Amino acid sequence: MSGIPHDHYEPTTGGEKWLHKRLPIVGLLYDTLMLPTPKNLNWMWIWGIVLTFTLALQIITGIVLVMHYTPHVDFAFASVEHIMRNVNGGWALRYLHMNGASLFFVAVYLHIFRGLYYGSYKAPREVTWIIGMLIYLLMMGTAFMGYVLPWGQMSFWGATVITGLFGAIPFIGEGLQTWLLGGPAVDNATLNRFFSLHYLLPFVIAGLVIVHIWAFHTTGNNNPTGVEVRRTSKAEAEKDTLPFWPYFVIKDLFALALILAVFFAIVGFMPNYLGHPDNYIEANALATPAHIVPEWYFLPFYAILRAFDDTVWLVQLVGFLTGGIVDAKFFGVVAMFGAIVVMALVPWLDTSNVRSGRYRPMFKWWFWIFVVNFVVLTWVGAMPAEGIYPVIALIGATYWFAYFLVILPLLGVLEKPDVQPATIEDDFNAKFKSSDGKDGAPAASPAE
Amino acid sequence: MFKKLAITAAALTALAGTPAIAAGGAGYVTDYAFSFEGPFGKFDQNQLQRGLKVYTEICASCHGLQYVPFRTLSDEGGVGLPEDQMKAYTSNFEVWDSSLNDGEGDFRQAVPSDNFPAVNGVGAPDLSLMAKARAGFHGPYGLGTNQLFKGMGGAEYIASLLAGYTGEEKEEAGTVLYENKAFPGGWISMAPPLWGDDLEFDDGAATDLESISQDVSAFLMWTAEPKMMARQQMGLTSVLLLSLLTVLLYLTNKRLWAPVKKKAKAAGQPAE
Repeated sequence: MSGIPHDHYEPTTGGEKWLHKRLPIVGLLYDTLMLPTPKNLNWMWIWGIVLTFTLALQIITGIVLVMHYTPHVDFAFASVEHIMRNVNGGWALRYLHMNGASLFFVAVYLHIFRGLYYGSYKAPREVTWIIGMLIYLLMMGTAFMGYVLPWGQMSFWGATVITGLFGAIPFIGEGLQTWLLGGPAVDNATLNRFFSLHYLLPFVIAGLVIVHIWAFHTTGNNNPTGVEVRRTSKAEAEKDTLPFWPYFVIKDLFALALILAVFFAIVGFMPNYLGHPDNYIEANALATPAHIVPEWYFLPFYAILRAFDDTVWLVQLVGFLTGGIVDAKFFGVVAMFGAIVVMALVPWLDTSNVRSGRYRPMFKWWFWIFVVNFVVLTWVGAMPAEGIYPVIALIGATYWFAYFLVILPLLGVLEKPDVQPATIEDDFNAKFKSSDGKDGAPAASPAE
Repeated sequence: MFKKLAITAAALTALAGTPAIAAGGAGYVTDYAFSFEGPFGKFDQNQLQRGLKVYTEICASCHGLQYVPFRTLSDEGGVGLPEDQMKAYTSNFEVWDSSLNDGEGDFRQAVPSDNFPAVNGVGAPDLSLMAKARAGFHGPYGLGTNQLFKGMGGAEYIASLLAGYTGEEKEEAGTVLYENKAFPGGWISMAPPLWGDDLEFDDGAATDLESISQDVSAFLMWTAEPKMMARQQMGLTSVLLLSLLTVLLYLTNKRLWAPVKKKAKAAGQPAE
């Protein structure tokens, strides 16, 4: 499957040969597992395994939860309490599923930032990146709809606010919103369709994950240097790589076990830390909560959505030019989705021909500002839209777009990159040379 | 790189909690030390039984516990009533059964598999989940250490509210409002339900206002999170097992990579 030359599966016994002629499935699994992987991958390359595990965790706990859940406005909230109190181990399933969503997003954000720093999106890996972005979008949709299912106050009002965004689209918005909700407001029809889609989308995600893996198994993994594996011969390739099994499987499982220890501590000792207390109040269309806030993983985009109110001159200008068709609300919606679109287009916006940020002295600064900006947007998204907060949100949102639309295109032209190592092998060997104590690199950390 | 991202991740997690800040409200909440706080905290069975008594004799006239099954009063790690006491307690309640009277529905005596009846009419909220529906002052700020060691503060909020009446009253649009230090906004429509010495306990425990407020708050923490003890036990077991697994995998990984690194070191040397 991979473009990197390596040993392929050879059936030896009669039975294996018989099967291999008809369905080469063992060969497929073998080649997938023995994929030549760059030796020098660092600890930021473990999030893929964490994400795969989390997807499986969410699907398995989710399937069992569905056996006890009732998707009806009169019974949904009570059925969740039934799970928490009467179903054997139901509380564990529910808390694992609830916090599993947060683990999923922590991992996916770190995975995405890894890709952004090391240029994993650059040719020939654009398709891997685009599929990844699709997975991320589906994850957001799935998480959003899942949050509605317990039918608490935040479920209901979150759904009302977010589906209201579609209502902001000129001309078709109102009709679209009614069609999405299955009625004029969030109600039983909405709950039922969200339930149906919340069950469906994870399997779509699982399918896309397979395509995602297929795509990067075709191009080979990126690595911290961004230098490609030499692939003129098997012997050359073996100087730069090690097989995925056992070297990276064991390494990744070590990281996964460590992360799960923290995850289970949260589930066991403070499972409601990331939740909102209002969601333990049953949905009530007549009582609006004081502050409606989405789950933490949506906050950066929520901040961007709210940043563009009608005091911003750009919003006023666009409103004037379109004769008021594009109002502040619609502008915010476009900005929010646009933030993800520009990120998805980064393979074509980044003009530098150096892949890894490690060898891009100017890029590094802008990248870390981008990361800090992301954290600031998360924080400001949780704050009420008053006082200094909308200003901070506007600066943050502007930087988000500037990073992708101005900074990355210009850096490729302006920046003088550092010297890159000739091969992955050189980089790998150099690291262990320096670990003799010269620059204090951590000698004990395995596989770094 | 990884270190920097780890710091970022920590910062993200820290910020992750901020959505609930608003729920803290403006009220003043006292940090009572409850026995169930922290990873090793345990419900105080005597306190829960006292709290059940406070609920039954005072709160139950207006507030229901519609998600709490009677049989769970006998569960270990909770109120832990002996089975005969639980059954006797249950038989004091009547529940609505829609299958009776040829489908017309009728009241009947409650059995242990029933939930506490909902109490409608006076507009008082159900209390089953109240201790989780209020964040108190601990709020999910910072790195979560506050939550880890002190809980969400829901029980503190309830206790502070019950003991937080100042005695001031005012009338607004035909409703009497009572000033309360813990209630966001300062004025609550619930008349002071507890005054101190409202009832007596068999175990001779203190019946002053602060004590009974805490007793009933602890009981409501249990109604909101009846499996807390089992959950913390699972947390401890899984963290210990996963830590062991982490150490084993670390050592496996180290040994697995040792020859590769040795080779790299040897190759790196002459280049120096």
